Amino acid sequence: MKKPYPDATSALEGVLFDGMTIMAGGFGLCGIPENLITALRDSGTQNITAISNNAGIDDFGLGLLLQTRQIKKMVSSYVGENKEFERQYLAKELELEFNPQGTLAERIRAGGAGIPGFYTKTGVGTLIAEGKEHKDFNSETYILETGLIADVSLVKAWKGDKEGNLIFRKTARNFNPMMATAGKVTIAEVEELVEIGELDPDQIHTPGIFVQRIIQSKDLEKRIEHRTTRKQGE
Amino acid sequence: MAWTREDMARRAAQELRDGFYVNLGIGIPTLVANFIPEGINVTLQSENGMLGMGPFPTEDEIDPDLINAGKQTITELDSTSYFSSADSFGMIRGGHIALSILGAMQVAENGDLANWMIPGKMVKGMGGAMDLVAGVKKVVVIMDHNARDGSAKFLHECTLPLTGVGVVDMIISDVGVFTIDDNGATLTELAPGVTVDDVRQKTEANFKVAEGLS
Repeated sequence: MKKPYPDATSALEGVLFDGMTIMAGGFGLCGIPENLITALRDSGTQNITAISNNAGIDDFGLGLLLQTRQIKKMVSSYVGENKEFERQYLAKELELEFNPQGTLAERIRAGGAGIPGFYTKTGVGTLIAEGKEHKDFNSETYILETGLIADVSLVKAWKGDKEGNLIFRKTARNFNPMMATAGKVTIAEVEELVEIGELDPDQIHTPGIFVQRIIQSKDLEKRIEHRTTRKQGE
Repeated sequence: MAWTREDMARRAAQELRDGFYVNLGIGIPTLVANFIPEGINVTLQSENGMLGMGPFPTEDEIDPDLINAGKQTITELDSTSYFSSADSFGMIRGGHIALSILGAMQVAENGDLANWMIPGKMVKGMGGAMDLVAGVKKVVVIMDHNARDGSAKFLHECTLPLTGVGVVDMIISDVGVFTIDDNGATLTELAPGVTVDDVRQKTEANFKVAEGLS
């Protein structure tokens, strides 16, 4: 099976269907699979459940799929950067499941690692805990959270080889490594797609077993949400 | 008269101890990094996957792959490490972070915290706040003492959905400092020009007044 695909559109062929669950990596707009999100929008796939820490902004990232109403439900921890999201949710046009960020990360890690559930103290006594099993360990109360998997995971890495081995860069790593493990099909887009043997095996963050398809990103925008600077010498 | 945002951040910085790993929330808590006392070495954790946060970049240093949890551009230090969100919250939930400083919409006198949603009005989400208050050893809130309409934010009980139950150890507001433990809340410091009576008028929560404060 050949993993490299010529572009995002061909990499999505045959794996999309209406009502599917998709994971998309990134924190804010940092480390998002830009090419794959655009191709997913252009595919016209409907009624998507999207698992992603954030919902992009109005005109970028997953915000593109909110504009076109392709997302039925979001599973996220923070959506405050997206006004259209807030509007759709308050108008009951969009379902939303909030997860504490660490719980979301661990649910995805667990899903990919074959762990159906785990106990955490995060959210005990809050809305998050309602309807969930409670259990005491060493006289502290924990709640049961379940593992998450997706029909397709879309991830972004810095470098990858044709075997699907991935290396992430700085804080663009975020949710991408766990999501790569939790997709029935994982598709990676990378800034540099290299030949097998060019990556140092000791430096690989995501082993290729988790990646079924890989593409070289084209025309990445890598948009910055908040450009904050200091003056030279400060 | 009363503390400014910078004054509150400066006061919060006095809670830092040498060698601490610290997570600073978005807004005023971020300013605490500007007031780290001389001779104190702290490492700032950013929950999107970074330990050892440096200052904001110069124009030349801006890197879209390097942001903090507030999605602001940031720089790295020689000691910096990067990791996944799962590892990041392993640090937080696992009790490896000494201090979390964050904002609040409401705090109750038993330390309950509400800072993530207003039903039917504001839907932003909790981000990492629920994990932080559940897992970090000490939780300090920096907030305006009253809402914009003048209503109290330090209450008997929170009316907004909770972020955590009994999690707040200290409140630093524009009028002063409160500590909260199993025995309830205590007013321990007053901002210049503020009296205990002023604080009582602006506060719904029951609190004791530390000895020597008047």
